[in-house]
Amino acid sequence: MNTKDILQTIRMINEEKLDIRTVTMGISLFDTVDEDGKKACQKIYDKITRKAENLVLMSEQVSRRYGIDIVNKRISVTPISMIAAASDDKSYVDYAVIMDKAAKEVGVDFIGGFSSLCQKSMTKADEILIDSIPEALNTTDLVCSSVNIGSTKSGINMNAVKKMGEIIKKTAYLTRDRDAIGCAKLVVFCNAVEDNPFMAGAFHGASEGDTTISVGISGPGVVKNALEKVKGKPIDVLCEEIKKTSFKMTRMGELVGKEVAKLLGYPFNIVDLSLAPTPDVGDSVGRIIEEIGIEHTGGHGTTAALALLNDSVKKGGIMASSHVGGLSGAFIPVSEDEGMIECAANGYLTFDKLEAMTSVCSVGLDMIAIPGDVSATTISAIIADEAAIGMINGKTTAVRVIPVDGKKCGDEVEFGNLLGRAPVIDVGQVKSDDFINRGGYIPAPVHSFKN
Amino acid sequence: MISKAIITVSGKDTVGIIHAITGKLLDYNANVLEINQVVVSDYFTMILIADITGISDKFDELKRDLIKVGKAINQEVMVQHEDIFDTMHNI
Repeated sequence: MNTKDILQTIRMINEEKLDIRTVTMGISLFDTVDEDGKKACQKIYDKITRKAENLVLMSEQVSRRYGIDIVNKRISVTPISMIAAASDDKSYVDYAVIMDKAAKEVGVDFIGGFSSLCQKSMTKADEILIDSIPEALNTTDLVCSSVNIGSTKSGINMNAVKKMGEIIKKTAYLTRDRDAIGCAKLVVFCNAVEDNPFMAGAFHGASEGDTTISVGISGPGVVKNALEKVKGKPIDVLCEEIKKTSFKMTRMGELVGKEVAKLLGYPFNIVDLSLAPTPDVGDSVGRIIEEIGIEHTGGHGTTAALALLNDSVKKGGIMASSHVGGLSGAFIPVSEDEGMIECAANGYLTFDKLEAMTSVCSVGLDMIAIPGDVSATTISAIIADEAAIGMINGKTTAVRVIPVDGKKCGDEVEFGNLLGRAPVIDVGQVKSDDFINRGGYIPAPVHSFKN
Repeated sequence: MISKAIITVSGKDTVGIIHAITGKLLDYNANVLEINQVVVSDYFTMILIADITGISDKFDELKRDLIKVGKAINQEVMVQHEDIFDTMHNI
């Protein structure tokens, strides 16, 4: 064994904050369907607590074995709109409450899957679920919710887009005493992926197996450090360095995921290598962009730098493992990234630039605090723009904006822990009401004539 | 197949570091396969590879004890299974 390799791994873990961001257990709830909502909830609780009983214990054992931190343990379940549809319940808040209770019982950090997939149109169950989101997020602590309102194959459901603008406003209002924290647990997707282990958008897709283990791995600090070694070198040299680094990180993630899966006796699903920043110094995607050569993230060249970063991360990861899945790329959640917080606060990083960046990053407009008086239709229009980028380019996009009651541009919001803090960003004054109030849907795009 | 632990020790140089670490390994009947050690301006660094085949179930205890003996002589000790280095650096 090579001493240099040993020391490199140790440096990545100790100094550059390489960690397993999450071990996520996906649990199918199809076998808990019941026309009696109370019985369904009991079955959901029983299944989650049975399957995930040892998730935390085994994750920690593997963490000790390899000396690598596993920051979060999470659970994702089948979208609840599919499960609750069999009942005649008028609200699905009870389902969220039982998910929260089960998650707390087994000691995980988050549970995702209070979700609806309505990219084409909504069933009665989808409508009830979406209407239940504000209250569900207000009354629970660990439940995360996601709604898929568009896809490349089916277009964009503009009725759902309109509704989600209102739901985000309502969620923000209900949780206004906690800086609208409910909105940090709610994400609106276009082209949602079914095996994503990251929150708030994790759910266990209908085509997934009964119980699986996935891993989300992170390490912006490792990439930034690797790039410091190739300062001033041509871009292709830089890409090569990112690929090599992400290769190593993905291999480590796969090892940990397979080991946890083996100990628990469930199949290993995917490893998601996403550069997911935290508010800590040295764990920022924004700082990677600056290391590539942009003075401040948000300046011209940022989109190109992010594009090459995202693509190189994917290439390295795909070479490293045949089980790459989820979102795999670079996240740009503003409030969770120390470098981006600074650039947004200083005005270098604007809302419009962030939107441009989402056309090449791995997800979308993420953890952006906006003024509390922004209208529901404006939020819907933001969702529509973002979904259009995803639909046309065949990629996942998402919106997780947080309209903070009583806050204006330039104010700051503190969410705490991994969610960080965010300056409130200007989204302009132009109204899009008539566009959103039309409703209907945007038909699926043509897949040739790509100009 | 042989199962190995990679033990990394670092801190200000003092008397008896290797003795303390290998002594603890002896308690667990773990054979030392390789030692790589340097002292650079009073700073001690050692990478030790030990055979832990047959005591895999005692990994957590061994790790805890090694960290404890390290702490007593002001050394930072890391204990990791070799698989993590293998998978990261070998195709």
